[in-house]
Amino acid sequence: MFDRRLVQNFDWTLLIIALLLAAFGLTTLYSAARAGFDTTQAFYFKQLMWYGVGLLIMIASFLVSYKRFDQYAYSAYAICVFLLVAVLLVGKLVAGSKRWLVFGPISLQPSELAKVAVILVLARYYSRTASIKGMRLRDLVIPVLLIAVPVALIVKQPDLGTAMMILLIAASLTVFVKIEKRAMIAIGSFGTVTIPMIWLLLKGYQKQRILTFLEPDRDPLGAGYHIIQSKIAIGAGMLSGKGFLKGTQNALSFLPEHQTDFIFSVLAEDWGFIGSATLLFLFLMLIVWSLNIAHGCRDAFGALLAIGVTALIGWEVFINVGMVMGLMPVVGIPLPFVSYGGSAILSMMLCMGILMNISMRKYLIE
Amino acid sequence: MTEAPSQNSFLKIQTPDSDWYKRRIIGLFCFVLPGFTFLLLRLFYLQIIDGENFRRLSENNCIRLQSIDPPRGLIFDRNGQLLVDNRPSYDLSIVVKDARPLEGTLQHLSQYTRIPLELLREGIDKSLNQPSFKPVLLKQDIGRDVLAALEVKRFDLPGIVVDVRLRRLYVKSLSAAHILGYVGEISADELKSVKYSGYKRGELIGKSGVEKSFDNYLRGERGGRQIEVNVTGQLVRVLKTVDAVPGNNIYLSFDQRIQKKAEDLLLGVIGSAVAMDPTTGFILAMASSPSYDPNMFVDGFSYDQWESLVKNPSHPLQNKAIQAEYPPASTYKIITAMAGLEEGVIDEKTTLFCPGGYKFADREYRCWKKGGHGTIAIGRAIAESCDVFFYQVGLRLGVDRLATYAKAAGLGALTGIQLEQESGGLIPTSVWKKRRLGVAWQGGETLSVSIGQGYNLATPLQLATMISSIANGGTRVLPLIVMKIQNASGETIMEYQPQIKGYLPVSTKNLDIIKKGLWEVVNGKSGTARIAHIDGIDVSGKTGTAQVFSRKADSENEARRAQHLKSHAWFVAYAPSENPKIAVSVLVEHGEHGGSAAGPIASELIREYFTEKAK
Repeated sequence: MFDRRLVQNFDWTLLIIALLLAAFGLTTLYSAARAGFDTTQAFYFKQLMWYGVGLLIMIASFLVSYKRFDQYAYSAYAICVFLLVAVLLVGKLVAGSKRWLVFGPISLQPSELAKVAVILVLARYYSRTASIKGMRLRDLVIPVLLIAVPVALIVKQPDLGTAMMILLIAASLTVFVKIEKRAMIAIGSFGTVTIPMIWLLLKGYQKQRILTFLEPDRDPLGAGYHIIQSKIAIGAGMLSGKGFLKGTQNALSFLPEHQTDFIFSVLAEDWGFIGSATLLFLFLMLIVWSLNIAHGCRDAFGALLAIGVTALIGWEVFINVGMVMGLMPVVGIPLPFVSYGGSAILSMMLCMGILMNISMRKYLIE
Repeated sequence: MTEAPSQNSFLKIQTPDSDWYKRRIIGLFCFVLPGFTFLLLRLFYLQIIDGENFRRLSENNCIRLQSIDPPRGLIFDRNGQLLVDNRPSYDLSIVVKDARPLEGTLQHLSQYTRIPLELLREGIDKSLNQPSFKPVLLKQDIGRDVLAALEVKRFDLPGIVVDVRLRRLYVKSLSAAHILGYVGEISADELKSVKYSGYKRGELIGKSGVEKSFDNYLRGERGGRQIEVNVTGQLVRVLKTVDAVPGNNIYLSFDQRIQKKAEDLLLGVIGSAVAMDPTTGFILAMASSPSYDPNMFVDGFSYDQWESLVKNPSHPLQNKAIQAEYPPASTYKIITAMAGLEEGVIDEKTTLFCPGGYKFADREYRCWKKGGHGTIAIGRAIAESCDVFFYQVGLRLGVDRLATYAKAAGLGALTGIQLEQESGGLIPTSVWKKRRLGVAWQGGETLSVSIGQGYNLATPLQLATMISSIANGGTRVLPLIVMKIQNASGETIMEYQPQIKGYLPVSTKNLDIIKKGLWEVVNGKSGTARIAHIDGIDVSGKTGTAQVFSRKADSENEARRAQHLKSHAWFVAYAPSENPKIAVSVLVEHGEHGGSAAGPIASELIREYFTEKAK
């Protein structure tokens, strides 16, 4: 039952790009983990372990044809929603928000998996309803509900960054399948009317939080200070960097969240413009290659799945790197492959597996 | 598995040569490429064009964050007399990275400050595991003279920083220590608790008293500065500042002079005195003896000092007014009388006989008066505190009916005063005993309970609220220690209003019978507290003598007992008897007789209150 052509058509290019990114990520994490006089490198070894598990998940997710995912899309979505509810009830409270489910030594962040689940259900729904004319307003009722449930649960945690990320991915997919002109106008005018109204309803401190989010300089002791330190670290890398493990901003703990959200700054300080531009180029290659896979796919579900995964990677890279360079609001968005975090690595490797799956089956006709 | 594509489905559109699909993919790419170009341009700007500048900034690590502590709110008495202030303290720190050469700097520092060199080295060694640009605290509160010396020699001392921090100053040192409380560094456990979410390590928080209960009002909001420093760590310029918001000021309900009087009256004894306005519930004085000086917690003390404070058998840190529980003893007869009259087991004229003891279940329960009171009715029974009379009333009522009245008077539950760590006391019922001890209630225990002994326990504050509700005609009020809170610019942000917690289940007629008895206690021919009589002020009250040791026939003579076995003395009172303005509850540990030990303290306090009023 196993087709020999599957092996022949295996997407080695994609695998190599993914492995290069993983190597980049682990190297940088090794450098970042040394800060704060934490000589144990615990973060590094944990991440290595997560990559090991991630590889297995990647392999598992390309063995079975993606056409089967279509059947299980709603079940996967339901499990994710269940986990998101569970995290609100029994999740671990860290710094004022509940994001993690703890199972003994490992903790899982269901919102990371929710990103993939939303892509799955939207791909399934749009693959059956999309047409050249575009989606009408009434076609959009179900997708809006499918998006709203996990987003609301994630906002409740609260994890505004991830909620925003899901909205961006979902919006990208929806725009890709095309929205009818009349519906577009309706959505646009609805937005221009309601957003100012919501703003008026917000309380003073909530407005303050949003303004700080948009303009970190309003909080010179928190986000504003972090951005300054991050910019200093990146700029100090200059053309060729201070050298591996030589970055001082990181070593002296000036960088906040240096293993997670601000890890790009560590890389930029160590490796300079050459290193950081190379990483950005690798991400660009990955995105172009995924678009190519989407282009080559002959069924709507697979194509939309590939587009969704591309949107996920593209937005995360753009927002994370933009944030650490002071171009974007400060939000907790991880840099794919590089930031420390088990759930993010698992969902990213799952995405790679899905892309390989679509790519290696493009010539198969069932 | 194949699905039949519908007429206009995607699948149909999307064939390799479908223009439409290709165009949309290319459209996506047209979004991605400018996005990445944008990121790359920014990277180029930061690293290549402005890189030199950032490299310099990173090498000196010269952008730092300095926090600005908010001044903690002040605490005043009701007339605006300052009780808790802030004073500047000069704290000496070193930034190891900037102190080059380290050894030479330390030698100079030791010479100018007279701090032994070893102590300075020790301080630095302890902080080896933190980044070298972070200041290490060497000595707190160095004093103005040392500060002046350091200022002059500033150039010999690179990397030495003196920070001005505000410290708490308890102006009246020993006075009102238990009400005010003290501050201390937040502990690891407190940091983890939900109550202190948002607090940072090293922050000072209230650890007891008003400092603790009102911490969120007193603390203010931390501010900070982004600053640029030069190579030796000296400030070059301030980049941005967020001002600190000072804490709110608190006005307490008592007059410092009366508070002081209460404390002076308790000097030399262990015990507590509480005075409150019976109609509003505002505390007029709350003293607990022995006391401590909260300034010790600010200045830091030696291990010996700390140990002597904690191990002292008279518990100076404990606020006995709200934390210590004692048997209410004969003050509880007010409750028994109220229950008896209301339940109709006696009336004003019911007479019972007291031969000096009462036999119940083959045991002799004694009256405090050996010869007995003879034939006696409720009025004289209260005035002379006849045990045998109340044994019989208690027996007619049963423990559970009695407990209902005690609970209605606020006993056995927290009074709800705005201070933490309050104790609730205990009012036993038959169900309670069964559940707690697994044994059924014994009839004899009802006898003990009806005169306030046995399992009964109450705090001085609980008895103050109890006697207040008798005094004001049957309304139980919430005791209040904080009157109002003002922000730093003097606007009142919170004003505490008197609050009714409940009503005594007693008719005016029966309450008058009890009040008449209480008047006789102080003013009658044979009252147990004639010593508390004050000329010109009409005082009513009730004595109590709480046995620490069960009263046996052969150990009658209290004076011969060891000090720690002597009974506790209670006196609860109010004045004037008509329209009372002050209610008092006094407890003297091992003071023997309520009348002689606690009575004079209460009457002196009442006298002071009215002389203050007259002024």
